[in-house]
This record gives sequence, C-alpha cells and structure tokens, in this order.
Amino acid sequence: MPFSLTNPSYALPEMLMLGFALGLLLFIAFTGKEKMNWTFALTQLSLFATALVIVLSMGEQGLAFSDTYIKDSLSDVLKLSICLINMLVLLYSHDYLKDRGLQQGEFYVLVLFATLGMMVLVSASHFLTLYLGLELMSLCLYALVAMHRDSFIATEAAMKYFILGAIASGMLLYGMSIIYGVTGSLALADIAVAIDSGMLNNTVLSFGLVFIVIGVAFKFGAVPFHMWLPDVYQGAPTAVTLFLAAAPKVAAFAMLIRLMVDGLGGVQDAWQDMLIMLAVLSMIVGNLVAIAQTNLKRMLAYSTISHVGFLLLGVLSGTAEGYAASMFYTLIYALMTLGGFGMILLLSKQGFEAEEIADYKGLGKTQPWYALMMLILMFSMAGIPPLAGFYAKLTVIKAVVDVNLITVAVIAVLMSVIGAYYYLRVIKVMYFDAPEQQLTVQVSAPARIMFSSNVLLVLGLGLFPGSLLAICVTVLS
Amino acid sequence: MIALSDFLILGALLFSLSVAGIFLNRKNIIILLMCIELMLLAVNLNFLAFAYFLDDAAGQVFVFFILTVAAAEAAIGLAILVVLFRNLSTINVDEIGRLKG
Repeated sequence: MPFSLTNPSYALPEMLMLGFALGLLLFIAFTGKEKMNWTFALTQLSLFATALVIVLSMGEQGLAFSDTYIKDSLSDVLKLSICLINMLVLLYSHDYLKDRGLQQGEFYVLVLFATLGMMVLVSASHFLTLYLGLELMSLCLYALVAMHRDSFIATEAAMKYFILGAIASGMLLYGMSIIYGVTGSLALADIAVAIDSGMLNNTVLSFGLVFIVIGVAFKFGAVPFHMWLPDVYQGAPTAVTLFLAAAPKVAAFAMLIRLMVDGLGGVQDAWQDMLIMLAVLSMIVGNLVAIAQTNLKRMLAYSTISHVGFLLLGVLSGTAEGYAASMFYTLIYALMTLGGFGMILLLSKQGFEAEEIADYKGLGKTQPWYALMMLILMFSMAGIPPLAGFYAKLTVIKAVVDVNLITVAVIAVLMSVIGAYYYLRVIKVMYFDAPEQQLTVQVSAPARIMFSSNVLLVLGLGLFPGSLLAICVTVLS
Repeated sequence: MIALSDFLILGALLFSLSVAGIFLNRKNIIILLMCIELMLLAVNLNFLAFAYFLDDAAGQVFVFFILTVAAAEAAIGLAILVVLFRNLSTINVDEIGRLKG
C-alpha cells in the first residue's frame, strides 16, 4: 500500500497545534522562568488559533493520508470543544499554579501536546493513528500528574496512573492485533467491510473485541477498571485533575465511537452486553462509594465514574439517537466537571487546598454568589431539573428505553436517586453549617467571570438544550 | 514450517506472563516496568506473525511505531520512578499506598 499524501489540509488544526507547541518549547528554552505570563498568553493564543482554524474549515469532509485520518463533522465539533475546554482549564488554573510554584513552562507544553494527542485521537480512522493519538495524550498526562515533584501523593498517583494506563494500552493493542489478524486490515473502514461480509471467525473476533473493550474501559475509568481514577484525581494537583477530568473524556468518547461504531459496528450484539455490564457496574459502584467520601476531589472522582456509566448507556443502545445522547452527555459532563474542579481552584489559596467537603462549611454566608454556583453544579450533577445534567440523563435513559433495555434504565434511575444524596450533602454543608473560616476567592477577574458564565451555561443548556442536542444529532446521523 | 498458531500461542503465553507478573508482583516497581515492556513485545510478536501470514506490510509498520512508543513510555515510567524513590526512599509495591478509600 503506497503512502499517498492526499488532502493534507484536513490536518491543518493539528499541524498548527504542533507548530505552536514546538514554538512554545523554544520560547521557554530561551526565556527561562521570567516570562511565565507570556507563556500563558501564547498557550491560550495557540488554542484559540487552532479553534479558529477548526471553525473556518468546517464543512469539508473526507479522508486524508492514505485513509488513516478522517475529517468529518464529528471530529470538527469534538476538536473545537476540546480546544475551548482546555482554554478554560488554563484560565482557571493560572493562579493556582502560580501560588504553588508549579507554573513552569513544562506544564503548558505538556498541555499543548496532550491536546494535540486528543485531536489526533478524535480524527483517527486507522488503528495506528488511534494508538498514536492515545499514547501522545496519555504520556503527557502521566508527566503532568507527576509534575508536583515534592508531593508524596502526586508521585504515587502518577505511578499508579502510569502502570494502569500502560496495561490499558497493552490490552488495547493486543485486541487490535487479533482484529488485524482476523480482518486483515488496520483501517477502521476496511475492518467494518470485512466484518459485514460475514466470512470471519466470530469466536476470534469476539476474543479480540474483549481486549479492546477492556482497554477502552480502562481509559474511561469504567468499573471494574476504575482503580486508578480516584487515586489520580485526589493525588494530582487540582489544576492537573481539572485538565485530565474534562477534555480527555471527550477524546475517549470519540475513541469509543470510532472503534465500536465505525470499526466494529458489525459485532454490536457482542459489545452491547459488555458495555451494559460496564455501565451498570459503574453507576452502582460510583454512586455508592461516593457517599463514603470526605474529600471533595475524591467524591467528584467517584461521581465521574458514575457519569461514565451514564455516558455508556447511550452508546450501548446502538442507535444514532443513543450516540447523540452520549455525546450530549459527554459535553455536559465536561462543562460540569470544569465547574466542579474550577470551584476548588477558585477557593484554594497558598497553603489551603479547599479539597475537603468540610472546608465548604458556611460558604452560603461567606461567599453567597459562589455558593449559588456550587449549588447549581451539584444540582446539575445530581440530575435535578431544570439543569443541564437532568436533560443529559433524560436523553441517555430515553435511548436505552427505546431499545427495550428497561432493567438497565430502572437501575440508572435508582442510582441517580442514590447519587443525589452525596451532592445534596455538599449543599447542606454550604448552607446549613456554621462557617469555620473566612473563605476568599482571589483569582483574577477573567477567571471569575468565565467561571460564572461556565456555570450559568450549565443552567442555560438545561433550559434550552435544543441547539446543542441538535448539533449532536446532526454530527452522528 | 512454523504455523501461525504457534506464534499466536507464544504471543498469548508471553502476554499472560506479563499480566500475571504485574498482578502477582508485590516487591519491586522495576519488575512492573519490565512486565509492561514484555506485554508490548508479546503484542509485537502477534502483529509480526499476522503481517507475515497475511503478506501485508501494514502490521510490520505498526510494530515500528509500538517499539518507538514503548521507548517513550519506558522513559516516562523510569522518570516517575526516580521521583517516587526520591520522595519515599522505596520502590516496594507494598509500601506505596497512601491513597485509599
């Protein structure tokens, strides 16, 4: 198969991001530690420029680089949201990093390279690009978690993340090698054709599929492959937790769609059962264990696990509406997570991490506006109308009801009721406990304004979900 | 003539060995890193066997990329290990467990 360089312009956003990341690396090498504000501005600029290029090039669709690379409306929308999410992440984390002496050039370079990896992952239409994008993202994330070199728990979290992440990659690769052997191809489109021909050995195909599902479940943090997630979320510096909780989940969703729907859609019967198991276990374990947590970061980590369960519901329904519901859920989840960890970043200051739930005692009296923001976020995560989280849960549950998986839907509803308990506990602590200390918000004005708009967007999307949902339906139909 | 199944059985054996090594090992993180390398090599063997018997070069190219990524992965893993050792003065798996719950 000769390599043909058709349509290289389809990868323009990635090329731009790579250029900016390398340029930033040089800039840091020459300026050292003095020009950190410039580094920050350049990083934001590169994310903004990439987002702009993505918007301008929307509409064109097709394959590039010998069919290893796909540009379609799904990749455009997801890449755009990844860039915007990461811009917010950097804005929220700026002051946190500065206060703790973590504001090093490496942070920004690694964030840009991880973003590049996510973009490649989103646009993958071949096992090779999928693997390379995934690894580029994961390797940067391992290094980011370990960035706080003097912290015991951060390095321990990084080691756990690294080992379990490497096992996940190994599993995924093993599955890929089996699928390659059965179908004779590495390109997802060719694999789909080979499976549809019905001439393959189904046993071997399912054998490979199991490994791929395990690999994807590890990356998502779905139960029973969730062990790393709470440790990493708690151990990593909050700025890094925020980064790895939001955009990588969007990229993982794209990986799931590319692998399961575009490539292995022909064996949907086989993966549907596996995903049901993962989704149900994630919802049960995530929600039940979150009740026992006293650390807000760890609680949000378990809440993430339960959200992953809900997100899988839409995909496992196997319908276009279900995929759209999952995508809607993923984007809403990213917004809520940005708010949740953003809140911790806003309230933390030098020597105070604001990561225990008890730290939020009396926030309703000392910081009424931010307490209200937190209230909206917690209500939304619990799935209480009229907030976006409610609508997201409704659409995924509707998707499973439509394909007659009533038991799964009932479990999902029960678990979201149980889940409401620990979200409401945070609200109770904020409004009904006496304040023990004066909490202040010291971050810069742009971060505060964007945080408030971020949270109000969660409210707005709950009231008017139509436009975002319509986008999700269009790109996945 | 060595059949395809022989290669696959060897690959599966190596893969299971590495997974068993990761989960049974309670002593040393360096052994964990070695097991991860072994895991990727088992996958490489699979890819090469398939590529040879399918007469398709794509699988062999994939192996080159896996080898490169494995090198990068080992570099990051060892770097994290050095940082961990500086903080905890141990690389014993059992003694690492501050994060619980």
